[in-house]
Amino acid sequence: MGGYGDVKLLRDDGLRLDGRKIDEMREVEIEAGVLPAADGSAWVKHGLNVAVCAIYGPMEAHPRKIQRQDRAVIDVRYNMAPFSTSDRIRPGFNRRSREISKVTAEALESVVLVERYPRSKIRVEIEILAAEAGTRCVGITAAAVALADAGIPMRDLIVGVASGKVEDTVVLDLDKAEDNYGQADLPMGILPTTGEIAFLQMDGDLSVDEYNTCLQYNMKAAKEIHTIMVDALRRRYESKNGGEK
Amino acid sequence: MSGVLEGAELRLVTPGEAIGASSGARAGSGVIIQNEKLIATKVGWVNEKNGVTSINPINSAYMPRSGDLVIGIVESVRNNLWFAEVNGPFNGLLPMSLAPWKVEFGAAREQMDIGDIMLARIQEVDEAHNIVLTMKGVGLRKLKEGIMEEIPINTIAHLRGENNSLLNKLKDASDCRIIVAENGRVWIDGEGNGISFVRSIIEKTRNSGHNSRFTENILEIIEERRSA
Repeated sequence: MGGYGDVKLLRDDGLRLDGRKIDEMREVEIEAGVLPAADGSAWVKHGLNVAVCAIYGPMEAHPRKIQRQDRAVIDVRYNMAPFSTSDRIRPGFNRRSREISKVTAEALESVVLVERYPRSKIRVEIEILAAEAGTRCVGITAAAVALADAGIPMRDLIVGVASGKVEDTVVLDLDKAEDNYGQADLPMGILPTTGEIAFLQMDGDLSVDEYNTCLQYNMKAAKEIHTIMVDALRRRYESKNGGEK
Repeated sequence: MSGVLEGAELRLVTPGEAIGASSGARAGSGVIIQNEKLIATKVGWVNEKNGVTSINPINSAYMPRSGDLVIGIVESVRNNLWFAEVNGPFNGLLPMSLAPWKVEFGAAREQMDIGDIMLARIQEVDEAHNIVLTMKGVGLRKLKEGIMEEIPINTIAHLRGENNSLLNKLKDASDCRIIVAENGRVWIDGEGNGISFVRSIIEKTRNSGHNSRFTENILEIIEERRSA
């Protein structure tokens, strides 16, 4: 994969097309507890991406063949709204959403204390309302906040972040142009307090040095997003508490 | 206790947050030990008592325990047993042998049908979360009248008050029979006026059950109703 050599993604002054520095993240806003019907929910805006996540459960796992006698199963449904991109997306499950649902479920299974709820199922519904590259990471972040809001025990708040390579330069948090015309993309699910990686995918080629830079950028971004997640959960509690601490 | 945990009662933590060193402290509910540190697994207040650090979660699912008083809704009926939904991940099973009636094989529906509500106790929960209910015990019965409300699990203790003091005052003021079950369901029966008063209190519990001044506020409302 060589990317598209004729597309200019870095400006002459070293900044990116949207004016960010190469190690600068898009703006992130998080709100917990936005859906009254769900057991837990979250809304995440990451750049122009918007995701909503709802948690239901733990509940009895159906059909019974998916039950595990020693732990809970996490049933993730990642879905992009038809209006989330400029090209209308045909509603329903497709190959891509199926893949993302699977990897997200595996990432979440490593943080949720699934062994506490044998034979049950935790339903995680991630709906992407607006997409601008990196929606799987936004989905993971939203799911983590929503799970915490639902009171489901977790080892850590997992954060989804990505970095990649454009014009042979490693950049943090790719936007749409960089994702489409860049050379590589490295989304990760990071446990910020321990620095563990629960999820990693790579699209394109990176050298070991480039990978290490990506990793360093992702870790830095994960810490920043983690602060915003914690803040969202605290605000949610304070509002539930009638504004009192 | 160790200096790290001083004033810890007032700390709000999020999953993954380190509460303190694990040495000398035991992990209670909502806390795990990882890399010799106590790690929170839920959003809630840190609570430290007798060397056990636990978390009072702001939100939590009902996990049935044996001995709990629960209000269940019958979901399916077999020839000699009932399955009841108890607000947890799994349905409770009520066998004929633990029901207060003796009916013939195949006639279970005559006593209790789908949609009926019962007051039962949890007899047993095994490690695979199978729940067995019993209706043999004082006061356990089929609930034929009144209304049912739900409140978050973690506000049950606040609604009851110390030694049920708040609940008893509420019963007096509303002249209603009220049962607060461990699974977050509340059964209320009485005159219409009293029921609507209790429901308004339940609504407040749902919205501000965590509030540190919750008890005071409810007591004020009860006092107002008394003097009116």
